Amino acid sequence: MRKPDVMRRPHAARTGARMVPVPLLVPALVGLAFLLLPLIALLVRAPWRSLPDQLTSPEVWEALRLSLVCATSATALSLVVGVPLAWLLARTEFPGRGVVRALVTLPLVLPPVVGGVALLLAFGRNGVIGQWLDAWFGITLPFTTTGVILAETFVAMPFLVISVEGTLRAADPRFEEAATTLGASRFTAFRRVTLPLIAPGIAAGAVLAWARALGEFGATITFAGNFPGRTQTMPLAVYLALQNDPAAAIALSLVLLAVSIAVLAGLRDRWVRAS
Amino acid sequence: MTRSVCRTRRIRRSLRVSGAGAATLLALSACSSSTGSQEESGSAGSSSEVSGQVTVFAAASLEESFTALGEEFEKRHPGTGVTFSFGGSDALAAGITSGAPADVFASASPKTMATVTDAGATAGEPSTFVRNQLEIATLPGNPEGISSLEDLTSSSLKVVLCDKTVPCGTAAQRALKAGGLELTPVSYEQDVKAALTKVELNEADAAVVYRTDVKAAGDKVTGVDFPEAAEAVNDYPIAVLKDAPNASAAKAFVALVKSAEGQRVLTDDGFRTP
Repeated sequence: MRKPDVMRRPHAARTGARMVPVPLLVPALVGLAFLLLPLIALLVRAPWRSLPDQLTSPEVWEALRLSLVCATSATALSLVVGVPLAWLLARTEFPGRGVVRALVTLPLVLPPVVGGVALLLAFGRNGVIGQWLDAWFGITLPFTTTGVILAETFVAMPFLVISVEGTLRAADPRFEEAATTLGASRFTAFRRVTLPLIAPGIAAGAVLAWARALGEFGATITFAGNFPGRTQTMPLAVYLALQNDPAAAIALSLVLLAVSIAVLAGLRDRWVRAS
Repeated sequence: MTRSVCRTRRIRRSLRVSGAGAATLLALSACSSSTGSQEESGSAGSSSEVSGQVTVFAAASLEESFTALGEEFEKRHPGTGVTFSFGGSDALAAGITSGAPADVFASASPKTMATVTDAGATAGEPSTFVRNQLEIATLPGNPEGISSLEDLTSSSLKVVLCDKTVPCGTAAQRALKAGGLELTPVSYEQDVKAALTKVELNEADAAVVYRTDVKAAGDKVTGVDFPEAAEAVNDYPIAVLKDAPNASAAKAFVALVKSAEGQRVLTDDGFRTP
């Protein structure tokens, strides 16, 4: 698929770099240093000698396992309901669509703790919906792994929706129209034409959502509480370790950092750039 | 020192923290022109030469009592102002050892105070001014009929404890050990107020918190005393800080806290005298 002009691009970028004006280069480097220095500090201050002991404790693995399971489940849940939601926002007209879109993106700017409180008031044992879940089915969501997944989905899904909606808007709707004029139902056109067309955008959104879910702290600790093996994800373990054992907190942070870098680096080239 | 937490109290508190910064600036500018204000307070007939702003870092559990004592202090020493920063003792201690401009530190645990004295940040030895004791907080009216710590071990109850890394959690573990009890909570909360909130919101049936927190929550929870709490009493130390911008006012505030009047306010809120 590679064409000659694509091949020439890196060269063009190199000649471009030589001409970067100083008023742009200096702040850019300051910005880069600002983002990287805290991470470097984490590496410098890491208790390398005791690291093997810190990391082989069962609590750490339990927290990491739970983090991975919950972030992946939250991403899956976001895909199931988020992609159709994005399609609705991008491809249909209905009154108040602008308001709906703004509301969908609200968790992006809402402090996660506020999200946690809102989830408690909605799905808690005494919540608007939660009290009926408890009364009818005996289901209570706070303090459960499901609660963690819900909290993570709440903060992570907007990333997926925004990403997919953007891709849908950029994708040419005429392919879908062609499919429907050829006799496909709208759902078949979505399944067979639209989905493959926007797959890179979905993947990019899913990676973003997964990364956001992995780092989720505020909504989780507020809504799901903290119990090792059930609701204690890595960010919670880091926060609580910091109270009396900073070395352990740094060690846990390193694990989270390594996992995040591995995932972003592994997927970025394949998916994010493709969109 | 910002903690992710859910309560409006905290929002107020963080406003106060930023207020503390502003107040310190005010205090500094007041110092530079202090001759005038000192003469003023002298002419007002005040017996002491205490003036200006005093910044107090205090454990979250002291919020109600210290706010009242701060007002009393300002009344006794016209021309002074007390600014509080309430928060988790560990977070406050970290702030002080990182150079936060505070005059007084009141901690909920001797261990936390020790991190400040070890860093050489206090002027003189800290002293214990009150003690706090654990109590069970249950839903209003105690519908589950909880009467002892052992009742909490029933598997049908949703109980929250503080995490072992924070003082109220260590105390709870000590009490359980004293009673020879095993308790699996639904959650280990990050601080005592978070644990109490879970009961106030009816998400948990009971929490092991401080007696003062039960009292401060009013009729939103019902408190149940238990004998094992005697094994897990928390001492609260207070100290004037070495780099206090206003050392004389800091000493006067500590004196008020330890005076008969100060102790009365604190015991009214559920604290015990040392």
